[in-house]
Amino acid sequence: MSDLPVGVERRAFDGRESLATEGEAVYGEPTADGWRKWDVRRSKLGAMLEKGMDTGLSGGETVLYLGAAAGTTVSHVADFAGPTYAVEFAARPARDLLEAAEPRRNLFPLLKDARKPETYAHVVEPVDVLIQDVATRGQAKVALANRRFLDDDGRLLLAVKARSEDVARDPDAVFEEVLTTLREGYEVLETRSLEPFHDDHLAVVARPD
Amino acid sequence: MNEADPSSGGWFEDVDREDADSVTESIRTGSAESPAAWPERAVESGFAADEDEYYKILHDATMRATREAVQEAERSDDKQLMHGIRAMDDCERVANELAERVAEWAGSRHEDAETGVEYARELAESDEEDPLVSLAERVRDLDDEAADLRSHVERTAPEVAPNLSALAGPVLAARLIALAGGLKQLARKPAGTVQVLGAEEALFAHLRGRAPSPKHGVIFVHEAVQGTHPDNRGSAARALAGKLAIAARVDHYSGERKPELDAELAERIERIQARDVDE
Repeated sequence: MSDLPVGVERRAFDGRESLATEGEAVYGEPTADGWRKWDVRRSKLGAMLEKGMDTGLSGGETVLYLGAAAGTTVSHVADFAGPTYAVEFAARPARDLLEAAEPRRNLFPLLKDARKPETYAHVVEPVDVLIQDVATRGQAKVALANRRFLDDDGRLLLAVKARSEDVARDPDAVFEEVLTTLREGYEVLETRSLEPFHDDHLAVVARPD
Repeated sequence: MNEADPSSGGWFEDVDREDADSVTESIRTGSAESPAAWPERAVESGFAADEDEYYKILHDATMRATREAVQEAERSDDKQLMHGIRAMDDCERVANELAERVAEWAGSRHEDAETGVEYARELAESDEEDPLVSLAERVRDLDDEAADLRSHVERTAPEVAPNLSALAGPVLAARLIALAGGLKQLARKPAGTVQVLGAEEALFAHLRGRAPSPKHGVIFVHEAVQGTHPDNRGSAARALAGKLAIAARVDHYSGERKPELDAELAERIERIQARDVDE
């Protein structure tokens, strides 16, 4: 079990212990003493930490987050990380992302397509951590295209959704194919299923190869 | 890490930080092949005094650029909604027209032929190879298509215009947006115009001095008008149009849902419906 990053703690909410970060509430999550519950069932990164994966996160990193959606997870990331760039492609969830970013001075929302890194490379600096949770076909390709942002000793934290690649195929076959493509640019350090928190998701920790 | 080609520099290069529009434009449309240590560069070039200040400017700039991009993207959704509601109306109209043809044709064959889309659906169920049955099948398919389009409109209208959809119902909201030519156009119309949207013919007859002014256009179907005694329908339509105009403006300019609008409308209509009428 690896240590939690500085700024992420286990705290009690309604008598039950859960991951938590310190910051303004975003999606109606329970709060206590300025800490907000990080619901690992709603967050793949949260589930990775909960399962004790060695994410390499220690707190204060520079982060590029792809697939920020409504900002649920990235708001927690911004609570414990340094400068955090949040890329989301869809306008509707980006509205909520803006709300999450408003009180977080280190969170920079961008309405951009993660498949086209050149459209935000003029804004995003090189980062220590690339977190990716995009629900699109070609998830490994997105990770490869965004490798340019990652420092040589940086980490890719990837949640692969089997159903985004191919609803009909066996998830394990899909994961194998994604990992094969991913290895064109990354060394895969650890993989783990996110059950029981998220069905048919594979979490991957990798570093640029 | 590769340094970026100088021709594709950071978002802050050649931008006046006091000029919010050009900053926003640069974030939204700029590009670079690779990232670079932008905070450092911005400080070196004198764009920001230190990195703290750089991040502060960046936060404001990305918030503004993203807000603008979100609003634009959602505004174009109103055009999709307009196509949806018009296609739905077309399908319903054509289904009804063809159903009349089916009824007439069927009447020449059977004594007990009925009318309407429902009757065409019945005929379509017999699998006979027959031109009349085939035509009835077209009616059924068009009617199904209209139903699909209706549920599409019901799903998307609340995303495009949450307040207007809550007050008017999604279908009427879509119809008002389509009649105005877009959400922006609707948001700019005075309440009096919203009140008679869809009653243009009657309005122009009135303006030529040949008819009384129309009390309502497509908002006639709204419960606030329908549920009000005919003597008070003009007041109800005026009150409703006023709230719908406000809802359209909130939807266009902020996009945030304001449930208090629903309560205000309900209260106004309740007061109007409570008025005495001369029997």
